[in-house]
Amino acid sequence: MALQAIAFYLMAAVTVAAGFCVVSARNPVHSVLWLILAFFSAAGLFVLLGAEFLAMLLVVVYVGAVAVLFLFVVMMLDVDFASLRQGFARYMPLGLLIAAFLTAEMVLVATTVSSQGAAKDSLTPMASGEGSTLSNAEAIGRVLYTDYIYFFQAAGLVLLVAMIGAIVLTLRHKPGVKRQVIMDQVLRTPKTGMKLVNPKSGEGIEG
Amino acid sequence: MISAHLAYAYPELILAVGALALLVVGAFMPKQTGLVGWASVLVLLAAAVASATQPFGVAFSGGLISDAAATFSKVAIYVASAVAIPLGQPWFERRGVKNFEYPVLILLAALGMGMMASSGDLISLYVGVELHSLALYVMAAMHRDNAKASEAGLKYFVLGALSSGLLLYGASLIYGFAGSTLFSEIAAAAGNEANTGLLFGLVFVICGLAFKVSAAPFHMWTPDVYEGAPTPVVAFFAAAPKLAAMVLFARVLGDAFAGAAGQWQQVLVAIALISVAVGAFAGLVQKNLKRLWAYSSIANVGYALLGLASGTSDGVQAMLVFMVLYMIDVTGFFACLAALSRQGRSMETVEDMAGLIKEQPGIALAMTVFSLSALGLPPFSGFFGKVFVFKAALDAGLWGPAVIGLVGSVVAAFYYLRLIKVMWFDGSTGATDKPPFEAKAIAIVTALFAFPVVILALGWLDPLAERAAHAFGLA
Repeated sequence: MALQAIAFYLMAAVTVAAGFCVVSARNPVHSVLWLILAFFSAAGLFVLLGAEFLAMLLVVVYVGAVAVLFLFVVMMLDVDFASLRQGFARYMPLGLLIAAFLTAEMVLVATTVSSQGAAKDSLTPMASGEGSTLSNAEAIGRVLYTDYIYFFQAAGLVLLVAMIGAIVLTLRHKPGVKRQVIMDQVLRTPKTGMKLVNPKSGEGIEG
Repeated sequence: MISAHLAYAYPELILAVGALALLVVGAFMPKQTGLVGWASVLVLLAAAVASATQPFGVAFSGGLISDAAATFSKVAIYVASAVAIPLGQPWFERRGVKNFEYPVLILLAALGMGMMASSGDLISLYVGVELHSLALYVMAAMHRDNAKASEAGLKYFVLGALSSGLLLYGASLIYGFAGSTLFSEIAAAAGNEANTGLLFGLVFVICGLAFKVSAAPFHMWTPDVYEGAPTPVVAFFAAAPKLAAMVLFARVLGDAFAGAAGQWQQVLVAIALISVAVGAFAGLVQKNLKRLWAYSSIANVGYALLGLASGTSDGVQAMLVFMVLYMIDVTGFFACLAALSRQGRSMETVEDMAGLIKEQPGIALAMTVFSLSALGLPPFSGFFGKVFVFKAALDAGLWGPAVIGLVGSVVAAFYYLRLIKVMWFDGSTGATDKPPFEAKAIAIVTALFAFPVVILALGWLDPLAERAAHAFGLA
């Protein structure tokens, strides 16, 4: 139990510290690297809760795909971060005020969670239920396509809308771009594809 | 068994299958935009018929509720979405944007709105909200060679993402304290007095939904987005999504937190009154008609929320009738704007409308009807909506808020009357172009509804809304 507590506090502290570094780092590439650290320690917290499937998903999807995509975007876009930071000092007091309110609320919520929340009886709730022998992946698999099929399909449609949106807003058909049309290539016959000429000597072939 | 649940989801199935099929048709025949457009209208009407005739029940482990309220709002939402296709597609084509994605996105948006109107679970609430708002962001920016439209789309997207964040934060708090995402189980956990954690979550969810209905103080995106987005798209997202989000409001408050009515009532009254005040006073200084009607919609959402804030079944009924009448008004008004142009340039400011009654008597008359209706003058449709809302508020003992709402309505009368004065009595500044047939037809039909037809229509609209309102868990 003590070992678990040590692991929890270590990883929680790393998550918070990494999160702070994400917003305070001067170099945006460093920000993304800190973000990856935050994802990793959050994955560790999931493992502590017995949600090993979610932990692996977090590493594979967020670290493996999303964060790498962030890195590409940050490196490729020429964002002038100095100008983005210009109003920083001016809006600082207001930002701090809102942050203070939010922190107070979070503390209030956290204290209420431990006394009234649905998980108040167990300090370390296990993801697949108390005393269950199911593994995480199995537990999710049992409900994902049965109880939650409606949400699952609807989430798929949300992704479809995002895809259509990206295509509608960015795809431009440029005139004059030559594309390979396989059908046209296959349908070419010797008749359409070549022309026999019989040049006279000394005159050359017509231009 | 899944197949037993599908009977409750025919409208959703028709829309989803229709959208996917038409997407394929459009991808293989990109020239056939008209075909895809009219087929989408048919799909929407088929979905409306399916929702009007569907059996009542709960499906997909509580995610989808099919009841009188879902039927009422889905039919209204699908029909309003169907109107947006013939209004928008020719408009885009006249401006050189010929694409088949517009009707498909409307289908998917309508699907999301239907999910919102019949959601019985925090997950379907969120997925529905996201599905329809993603489609709306894209449609706002669809006229992509226009800098203002792109700005509108980006602004809508960023602020919409912020509101989704608030909504999700609230939803996760509610889940944490209630131990379930189902509205029925949240209601059981909340009981007659919700605890602090649940209330925190509820307030965040209310904030997120207030963003979607553009209620003050979460309204700041509305004027900019309305001004920048293409006019027919504004006609669409000023109408159906507002109704869907209001019904969702009623679902969350009535189904999940009916017992805590005393606790959320004050929040809603505050939002409603701020909306009415912002809509009335900020509208006074607007010169652009699209911005003006953005503020008008903020004020009108305030009235609808006042109906909901009364916390009674009568209040929900008033809200539903009010929203349907308002949807018809706002669609008609923006159809008028979409129809008007002067030498190929859209007419969007109040001054542009000078002398319109001599140039385009039909459209000027329609705009007069919509303005008087939004003002709440009898015998136009807006008057009946406001009467119902104020009656519900007074019955619930909300005397103060009702009086403030009336004052706001009087202040807002100034800008509607100014528009009418400019149209009827000022000198014309130049010839207008011939209005396109479809926009003018939609404008005239909705105007006819706003005046004589409404008196007959209320005879069946009101009982339907009453049945719908009884579907919620409010007294």
